[in-house]
Amino acid sequence: MLNISKLHASVEDKEILKGLDLVVKPGEVHAIMGPNGSGKSTLGHVLSGREGYEVTGGTVDYFGQNLLELETEERAREGLFLAFQYPVEIPGVSNMEFLKASLDAQRAHEGKEPIDAVSFMKQARELCKKVNLDQQFLKRGVNEGFSGGEKKRNEIMQMMLLQPKVCILDETDSGLDIDALQVVAEGVNSLRSPERSFIVVTHYQRLLNYIEPDFVHVLSGGKIVKSGDKSLALELEAKGYGWLGADVA
Amino acid sequence: MNYLEAIKNQSESLQAATPEWMHAIQARGRALWSAQTWPGKKTEAWRYTSLVKVEKTLASAQTGKAAGFEAAVAENTLQFKEALQVVIVDGRVQSVPDTLPEGLQLAAFSNLAEADQRSVAEKLGTVVETEKHLFAVQSESLLSEGLYIKAKKNAAVSVPIYLVFIGSQAANFRVFADLEQSASLTLVEHYLSLESEQEQQLENTCTEFSLADNSQLNHYRLNMQAESALHVGGVHAALAKHARLNSFYLAFGTALTRIDAGVKHVGEGSHTNMYGVYLPRNNQHVDFHTNLEHCVPHTTSEEVFRGIVGDSARAVFNGRIHIYPQAQKTHAQLSNKNLLTSNKAEVDTKPELEIYANDVQCAHGATVAQLEEKSLHYLRTRGISEEEARVMLSFGFINELIEQLELEAIRDYLRPILAKRFARSSELSQHLL
Ligand SMILES: Nc1ncnc2c1ncn2[C@@H]1O[C@H](COP(=O)(O)OP(=O)(O)OP(=O)(O)O)[C@@H](O)[C@H]1O
Ligand SMILES: [Mg+2]
Repeated sequence: MLNISKLHASVEDKEILKGLDLVVKPGEVHAIMGPNGSGKSTLGHVLSGREGYEVTGGTVDYFGQNLLELETEERAREGLFLAFQYPVEIPGVSNMEFLKASLDAQRAHEGKEPIDAVSFMKQARELCKKVNLDQQFLKRGVNEGFSGGEKKRNEIMQMMLLQPKVCILDETDSGLDIDALQVVAEGVNSLRSPERSFIVVTHYQRLLNYIEPDFVHVLSGGKIVKSGDKSLALELEAKGYGWLGADVA
Repeated sequence: MNYLEAIKNQSESLQAATPEWMHAIQARGRALWSAQTWPGKKTEAWRYTSLVKVEKTLASAQTGKAAGFEAAVAENTLQFKEALQVVIVDGRVQSVPDTLPEGLQLAAFSNLAEADQRSVAEKLGTVVETEKHLFAVQSESLLSEGLYIKAKKNAAVSVPIYLVFIGSQAANFRVFADLEQSASLTLVEHYLSLESEQEQQLENTCTEFSLADNSQLNHYRLNMQAESALHVGGVHAALAKHARLNSFYLAFGTALTRIDAGVKHVGEGSHTNMYGVYLPRNNQHVDFHTNLEHCVPHTTSEEVFRGIVGDSARAVFNGRIHIYPQAQKTHAQLSNKNLLTSNKAEVDTKPELEIYANDVQCAHGATVAQLEEKSLHYLRTRGISEEEARVMLSFGFINELIEQLELEAIRDYLRPILAKRFARSSELSQHLL
């Protein structure tokens, strides 16, 4: 469903991704680990089509389409979801308005009418419960003044609302307390299905105890330098990145 | 005939038509007017705002009767559960509510009891430094009507006073609100134009507030006139001990809107909250000159103005903070953020700090920017179209201030109007309504 091949990308003329390969098949969970600054978030930004992240080489195939040709919003409506490492605050626009606009955009793409307000509210309230956010968070500005952990749970809430096909979670576990980590993991696990895939970027083996990956990759210096099964995460936790060789930062 | 002379002549000819107590004030205005040099590009207070359009009106006299204003009032006014509504058409008061709450006085200048005439004559011009404001001088010269509001000692007037100004031609109006000790009051000035009117109107309202010890005024000035309107004028307040002024300005933008908003903190412990929003587009021009003066120790102010400027519109914001040498422990904050939504739009923002005391806290910041790329991207990664994302972000930028307004009726009224203002089609604002 997602086939990334020899991907090169630059930010402000600085090459960050240097020939990255990754193939994700339906139902799989891929964990990506790697040193700070190695390009993990950049990969997420490139896949989401962020302005300023220029693809200079390689291809990304998404369900038979050239992903790189689609606008950011089209990628989203086609089921690509990115949970941000640093979710953006949008004061003055309520979380509720934002969530409904997102859902309606996707529905329109599927040829459906906007969801009626009552059903939407019901759904939103249920999701709040699932990610353990008070309903007051629906009325507040998008991520406005949310704590780090609350922002991450809000990302998971959006993911659960939109039911995407490929979910990229960029350090969604960072800054979470133990309970919140479980909430996030349960959210992800509840969405796991043979059709849906996840790319989980994390620094900690801890999350992978809850969300069991099929593959673990090490991204370093802009490409995948090692792949393995979940035991690789344990090994990295014990040994760090140094043993992987000279080209690892 | 030039503009200065035209006003002077008009002022002289007004005498026959106005009550005697106004004549001395008109004469005072004329004297100041004669001493004026008409501002040009080098006049600092008018550096970015041209008066050519004003000169062209050649000070046509006010008529006081705009046909069909009732419909404009019915269609466009705020929906208060309860309000003391006064409609003012081209500078003429149509009617004043018969029954007033305990402790409140509300009367048109043309209808004042003799004792009140004397006291209003004494008070007018005591808050505004007339000679420093061109259009306050014009306002004195052309004094013919106004509204006197007084909240007596300890009167807590809970029903808002709602002034609806309907303009179609020249209008010259004064408001004086007198809050005695520990009184509280809410005053809304709402400026509208008649839909069909093509003529350029020059509307000049000079508003003064005198706030005695411990009094509180919530003031809203909503400028929502037709595109062609010329609106000049000012709001000037003096705050005694522990008095509090909460004010909110909204200017949609017209051919020319220039508002001078000044507050003098003359009593210790007084505080001002001043919020404002301006949204010019097309070829509109909005100019806010604010001036917060801290004259005594322990006074505070918080000022936040935000603007969205589109098309070929222009906005001017001049925020002066003046802290007197003896005004130790002043806290003053000023923020002015601007969004440009077109590359032909222009903003001139200038904080003007004059701080003569050493033990004060004064923070200020001004920015001019476009919508943030990372916010747009975030919304788009959720499937929201770029166009809708722009509407949402513009709205949010302004709504942040609107949300904090005390009066629910104003929040409810403005929300859909603003959402639509930023959206070219109803689909784009559907999630904000
Ligand atoms: N807008 C930008 N301008 C300049 N450099 C950038 C920009 N965005 C990213 N970079 C650089 O690209 C490199 C990769 O950044 P990226 O955020 O992808 O790292 P990461 O692997 O996600 O790191 P972390 O684990 O700390 O989140 C870094 O060196 C970063 O400084
Ligand atoms: Mg990162």
